[in-house]
Amino acid sequence: MKHFRSVDEAGPDAIRRLLDLADHMAEVNRRPNPKVPALRGKTVCNVFFEDSTRTRLSFETAAKRLSADIMNFAVSSSSVNKGESLRDTIETIAAMGVDAFVIRHKSSGVPWQVSDWTRASVINAGDGWHAHPTQALLDCYTIRTALNRTNSFDGLKIAIVGDIKHSRVARSDISAFTMLGADVTLVAPRTLLPPETTVPVETNLDDIIEDLDVIYLLRMQQERMTESLVPSLREYTTRFGLTPERARRLPEHALIMHPGPMNRGVEMAVDPSELPGSVITQQVTNGIAVRMAVLFDLLGSGSNLEENE
Amino acid sequence: MSGMLITGGTVLDQSGERRADVRVADGTIVEVGNGLEASAGEQTLDATGRVVSPGFVDLHTHLREPGREESETIETGSRAAAKGGYTCVVAMPNTDPTQDSVSVVEFVRAQGEAAGLCDVRPSGSITIGRLGQQLSPLAELADAGVHLFTDDGDGVQDPLLMRRALEYAADLGIVLAQHCEVKRLTEGAVMHEGHCCSRLGLPGWPSVAEELMVFRDIELVRLTGAPVHILHLSTARSVDLVRAAKADGLPVTAEATPHHISLTDERLEGYSSLYKVNPPLRTMADVESVRAGLADGTIDAIATDHAPHAPETKERPLDQAPPGMLGLETALGVSLASLDMPLVDVIAAMSWKPAAIAGVADQHGRPVLPGEPANLTVFDPGAEWQVVPAQLASKSRNTPFGGMALRGKVWHTVLRGTATVVDGQPSR
Repeated sequence: MKHFRSVDEAGPDAIRRLLDLADHMAEVNRRPNPKVPALRGKTVCNVFFEDSTRTRLSFETAAKRLSADIMNFAVSSSSVNKGESLRDTIETIAAMGVDAFVIRHKSSGVPWQVSDWTRASVINAGDGWHAHPTQALLDCYTIRTALNRTNSFDGLKIAIVGDIKHSRVARSDISAFTMLGADVTLVAPRTLLPPETTVPVETNLDDIIEDLDVIYLLRMQQERMTESLVPSLREYTTRFGLTPERARRLPEHALIMHPGPMNRGVEMAVDPSELPGSVITQQVTNGIAVRMAVLFDLLGSGSNLEENE
Repeated sequence: MSGMLITGGTVLDQSGERRADVRVADGTIVEVGNGLEASAGEQTLDATGRVVSPGFVDLHTHLREPGREESETIETGSRAAAKGGYTCVVAMPNTDPTQDSVSVVEFVRAQGEAAGLCDVRPSGSITIGRLGQQLSPLAELADAGVHLFTDDGDGVQDPLLMRRALEYAADLGIVLAQHCEVKRLTEGAVMHEGHCCSRLGLPGWPSVAEELMVFRDIELVRLTGAPVHILHLSTARSVDLVRAAKADGLPVTAEATPHHISLTDERLEGYSSLYKVNPPLRTMADVESVRAGLADGTIDAIATDHAPHAPETKERPLDQAPPGMLGLETALGVSLASLDMPLVDVIAAMSWKPAAIAGVADQHGRPVLPGEPANLTVFDPGAEWQVVPAQLASKSRNTPFGGMALRGKVWHTVLRGTATVVDGQPSR
């Protein structure tokens, strides 16, 4: 695989391979010295045109554990603020000798443009409303380990709740969960759904909550109210938030997931640390293993993962 | 001015097709008939196996000068027009400064004359600066020869202002042309709203944003009696609305672009800004309805919406890249490859019907007869070819048709008796 830009582009075989590889990476991460020389001599550059501390740190940690060199291009203090074009920025960094770009941009499609301008691998760390494929991988990996579903999600009932329309996480998760065999249902008002959907939509969370294996809550942004997408956050919570009442109606084994950062009291109207099904911190931990898997898959040359530094 | 003989072609105009040679002298057609012999000093243009038709007229050309000369100038745009078989183009007013005053309009006309490759007829904006607040001096501009008025790029959003513009225009013999888009429904939009934008995570431009304004303006025409020309119509429902308006006898005309009869929103799959345009590429059902609208005459004209953009602007992220595509040099090839209708009807939609809407029917789109101005296009309707972006006469390269099989190639273009294009190459 040359790039990792979207779940659909990677396809089911690559997604399964990366999840298997993430198992090995998780094992590395459990070692007392969680570092292997697999990508020694490789250079990875984080280029985040949109702030994202957690995703950037996760990639940085993943690269370091594989012994790659990592550079961070900080857009806020860069030539981009002097009007440099995206293309010139990418070509300039590429000229320094970069093996992979990790790109985050507020505009959908930027990773595809970037890969026209460089021979380096391009990893999509989130583009606009479109895709966030490493988030989808870590979500799949989290479900797979927590529910012990190694090979398939067949029959798993997963509800993705909230602002699907503006969510790259939702788009990538829908693709990945469906690809692995899960039955995905979207729960949202029409205003927060894309114009057309490929999976069933349910408007009443209470009708399905008792049958769910996974409830995936999306971040509800304050600005959506001023855009008349929902009347108020209070009403949103009433209809779509995870309240203590709803949490009690979830099956005992059901997982509660969130991509972060959470809006407490809005979509998460209960303290997740008090919910046994919450795997939100595991999601963050697993993010490092799946990003190691992606970097290794794109840049590795079969180096021995077992050999400690 | 020396004469010219166009030999061996099939003449096609309002009265149909016939085999004929065409002799031109002093900018005028002097003889049409068989077996004409070239006299000494006469330029000969070979039209064997080709069609000789009235020159094409584009109702919708962005020449970018003044203001955006890095993407096109009146000279380079005129050359592109001539290569596409056009003898007259209407220059859209969204220049900088806007074509909202006599001085700017005169500048555009003078630059067109200086280039001498194509008649450049400036349009005027309906409102000052195209800001949708205050009417441009419509009568002054009409006196200066402006016939088509539009705020193209933006529709006139305010229904009261549009009503007043129509009422005021009714006495002036001019035509208001509308870019139909209710802006409030398209804020941030990048592409057609449908399954593609849903999957690609791009903000959608819903069809209804066009249709609401098409409907509003048809009703304002009904109220005021003043004519409206609808620019770059793109949805199936818009075609139905115009068809119904014409059935009611209202003075409504419409145009469609080559890209809206050939490309769909699925082209955006790879996030290439070459396919970003306003109104956006729509679905196959819309494409088929627009084709049907051209075939049954609901849509009067094929107009290019030729919109040059410099590469650095088209390389921005898709949501920040400007909308627009080149069209002049590929219009015939795309139209003949896309439309299943008689050749004469396609040429009508590219020549004499737009000439009437543009108010240039005294000079362009005239029958090929002795005494008529020699504004002619010679093309091979069956020639298959592909456009090579690097070889375009336009200063920009943003054609979406690269790699597409086109049918119909312009060989010669004649503007008032002077060849502006010979054997597919601009004469200067």
